[in-house]
Amino acid sequence: MTEEKKRTTIVLFSGDYDKAMAAYIIANGAAAYDHEVTIFHTFWGLNALRKDELVPVKKGFLEQMFGKMMPRGADKMGLSKMNFAGMGPKMIKHVIKKHNAMTLPELIDMAKEQDVKLVACTMTMDLLGLQQEELVHGLDYAGVAAYLGDAEKGNVNLFI
Amino acid sequence: MKIDLVLDAKGLACPIPIVKTKKAIENLESGQVLEVLSTDKGAKSDLTAWTQSTGHTLVDYAEENGILIFRIQKG
Repeated sequence: MTEEKKRTTIVLFSGDYDKAMAAYIIANGAAAYDHEVTIFHTFWGLNALRKDELVPVKKGFLEQMFGKMMPRGADKMGLSKMNFAGMGPKMIKHVIKKHNAMTLPELIDMAKEQDVKLVACTMTMDLLGLQQEELVHGLDYAGVAAYLGDAEKGNVNLFI
Repeated sequence: MKIDLVLDAKGLACPIPIVKTKKAIENLESGQVLEVLSTDKGAKSDLTAWTQSTGHTLVDYAEENGILIFRIQKG
C-alpha cells in the first residue's frame, strides 16, 4: 500500500489515572486502526512517564519538592474523581482486574509495543524539574512545533 | 466457510479485542478469513467499524450463548 497512513495525536495534559487510561485506550485503538499515533505528554501528564524508582539527579530545592509531591510513575497516579486519598485507585485496579481490562501501566506497554510515539514536552519538564534520567526509555523529546507538525496531518487530535 | 485462523478474545475488555484482531489479521493473506470470538458487548460496533475502516470485510456475524462470533475476510 502506497497511501500515507492516517494519524492520531493526543495531548496528555492530565496526571489523573483515569484520564490517562482514556488517552492510552484511544491511542491503542488508533494503532489498531493502523494510524500513526503520537501522545504528547505535557504538565502533569509527564508523570505517566516517570520511572517508579527514585533516580538520583542533581536539582534545586523547588524542583526536588515538585518531584516529591508528584506521583512517581503511572501506577501511582490518582483518580480525577473519588480518589479518597488513594483508596480510589486501589478500587479501580481491583475492578479492572475483575473485568479483564488493562491497567494503565499495561496500556502503556501495549502502546509501546504498537509503536505509538511517546513524546515528553521539554519545556514543562523544566518547569516541573523532571530530567530525562527520571523518565522511562524510548521517548522522544520535543516541543509545540513538533506536536503541531504531527497534529496538522492528524485525522484525530485530542486534548486530555 | 473456510476459517483460516481463530482468535479467542472471550472475557477480554476494550481495547484488547481490537488490538489482538489487528495483530491476528496481519498473519493472514488477502482473502483469508479470521474468526474472532468475543464477549465484549461493544465488540459488535467496534469490529464492524474497524473492518469498514481498515479495508477488510465482515462476511458473517452471529451470537451464540452470549458469545459474539465475527468472520472477517482480509482485504
